[in-house]
Amino acid sequence: MAVLRVKFTKGQRDKLAQMLWLLNWVSVMTGIILFSLGLFVKVEFSKKEELMADRDFQPVLNLLIAVGLIACIINLLGGKICYDCVDTNKFLRWKLLILPYIICSFFFTGCMLVGALMCYSMQEELQESLAEGLRDVMRYYKDTDSPGRCFLKHTMDLLQIQFQCCGNRDHRDWFHIQWISNRYLDMSKREVVDRLHSNVEGKYLLDSVPFSCCNTNSPRPCIQYQITNNSAHFNYDYLTEDLNLWKRGCHQALVEYYTKLMHSTGSTGLLIWLFELSILTGVRYLQTAMENVLRQGDPESESDGWLLENSLVETARNNFNILKNLGKINQIDTATNGDPNIDKPSTAIYGNLFNIKATAQKI
Amino acid sequence: MVWAKMKFPFEKRVKLAQGLWLLSWLAIVGGALNFCFGCFLKTEIRRRTEVMDNSNIHIVPNTLIVSGLAAIGINYFAGQICQDALDVGRFPRWKTFLKPYCCCAIIFTSLTLIGVILSFTMRSSLEGSLQVGLRNALRFYKDTDTPGRCFQKQTIDHLQMEFRCCGNNDYRDWFEVQWISNRYLDFSSKEVKDRIKSNVDGRYLLDGVPFSCCNPSSARPCIQYKLTNNSAHYNYEHQTEELNIFVRGCREALLSYYTALMNSIGAGVLLLFLVVLASLRYLQTSMEAVIGQENTEIETEGYLLEKNVSETIVEYLNPVMKLLLLNQVQDGLVKAEAGAQPE
Repeated sequence: MAVLRVKFTKGQRDKLAQMLWLLNWVSVMTGIILFSLGLFVKVEFSKKEELMADRDFQPVLNLLIAVGLIACIINLLGGKICYDCVDTNKFLRWKLLILPYIICSFFFTGCMLVGALMCYSMQEELQESLAEGLRDVMRYYKDTDSPGRCFLKHTMDLLQIQFQCCGNRDHRDWFHIQWISNRYLDMSKREVVDRLHSNVEGKYLLDSVPFSCCNTNSPRPCIQYQITNNSAHFNYDYLTEDLNLWKRGCHQALVEYYTKLMHSTGSTGLLIWLFELSILTGVRYLQTAMENVLRQGDPESESDGWLLENSLVETARNNFNILKNLGKINQIDTATNGDPNIDKPSTAIYGNLFNIKATAQKI
Repeated sequence: MVWAKMKFPFEKRVKLAQGLWLLSWLAIVGGALNFCFGCFLKTEIRRRTEVMDNSNIHIVPNTLIVSGLAAIGINYFAGQICQDALDVGRFPRWKTFLKPYCCCAIIFTSLTLIGVILSFTMRSSLEGSLQVGLRNALRFYKDTDTPGRCFQKQTIDHLQMEFRCCGNNDYRDWFEVQWISNRYLDFSSKEVKDRIKSNVDGRYLLDGVPFSCCNPSSARPCIQYKLTNNSAHYNYEHQTEELNIFVRGCREALLSYYTALMNSIGAGVLLLFLVVLASLRYLQTSMEAVIGQENTEIETEGYLLEKNVSETIVEYLNPVMKLLLLNQVQDGLVKAEAGAQPE
């Protein structure tokens, strides 16, 4: 009792083979798209790797790239197989290879699904990683003379300019860290010494932000020092002024950007997975139809195609038995007195069929 | 007495036709690239119209666009001619078409050549245009409340950050312009009043620059006010400080950007067109000798020009001259006939 049995005439088989050939080539293109998308995302992540603390996103990205590449190869092979399926003689060449090919492809599409779903699961880790990374970069903003950290100022400034954001959660994060290096502080001045003494850790804290926080849409020249002090600037109210600096925090800006990127990659991966699955179903139907044609002996006749020969439960049981018997290969079967030739069918199922028919006609 | 003669046996003709067909497709790609380039250059110039004084520079991208489109059309026909060239039955179709076609091709190739030359020579015009445009833009930086000029501040800020430049010639241009609007100046403060009184026009000038001049690669937080005053900042010397703000002027930055764009157009593309044209002419002349012969595989001669250069020019100009001088020649003839008859 086969699963989803469908009858195929010769014409329908040919059409199916041609369509699958075309779809396989389209699938090669989508494989290339997935590959290049994976590559693009990898480059985007590596551009901002200083801002991401510790977490390793490489496995997911490498999986995407590998999946795209393997999809191309598998679909090239599939295209060749389908091209040959129209002619029964050429099909005989591929007969032994097709079933392993289908099984491998099935597991491979499983990998693709896993990869696509993993893209959606990255958000939590991404948020934590970015929060930590940004905090560290802001802390080391002033250390332009320490090797290994000297480019963090440049990175942070370009980030704030490019993503139009300021600080980690908002611009007030800059008030809690010392972002001006001691090299540029005049320790002989009273004001500087007072500020240093005014907090426990001896940090020079200001209510000011770096120039990269300045909003280019502001109608007035940027106010970056003494931000909370209304009397320091003419016609300025800190609470109502919202065009002066970027309002958004860089954490939120980066999380939004990378989440959007990963979600679109994941959606593309899912669509391609569905497409591959449908191609695989078509190839399975073609394989079973072609094998039944060979079994019947007449290449022009109608044949059945199916997904599984027996129902799902029976197929599972059969496969389980095969696996169980693999373990018993060295044991002798006592039921038949150790004779391996008892209770075996006298002819092979395929292969000899044409010969038998031919010999039968001769007689 | 032909010009640039070459012998063509049958195989060579076949090879010429095939090579030319391939070249014509390459030239179509080249024409498409030319067209896209012209469009890109046009949009780039449009983006920065506010800092350019006049729009004479638009002639360069317009020439590129026209020659690109023409190249696509011309080379498509060249490909068609090649495909038919080897079949003696189909070639005569094109016979009457070829001469005007070659003229058109020559005209458009020279147009491309003119485009390339223009892009080299317009550099000085672009420089002058940028000079005036940027000076005005700097002057209107503060007018964010005047309709029509309210986006100058944003434009200049983005320009300076993107091209990593400051001011027109260099950052000192900002010292000569009032870039802080009066709306944000406290006229009751003594310092403001002093500054305004200290110059003839009553402008508030200071030795400071906007924040968009700040260089993110600098090791220290940006110093944008009191730039020339060494004692106002700790451990700061105006003469030796290079990384604090951008030292390049925006005119120079924009000029080198546009010059690089225009130069990379392509002497390469022009060369391709010339090669296609020459090959097509050889193919045409060598095929013409085959038409009407029984044995199509004979060796023929191909040439670029039937007579030498000066005679060919005269021959082509004659029809044009005839059209213009037509009436005068007729009058003279009529008079001569009238004069001859009574005799």
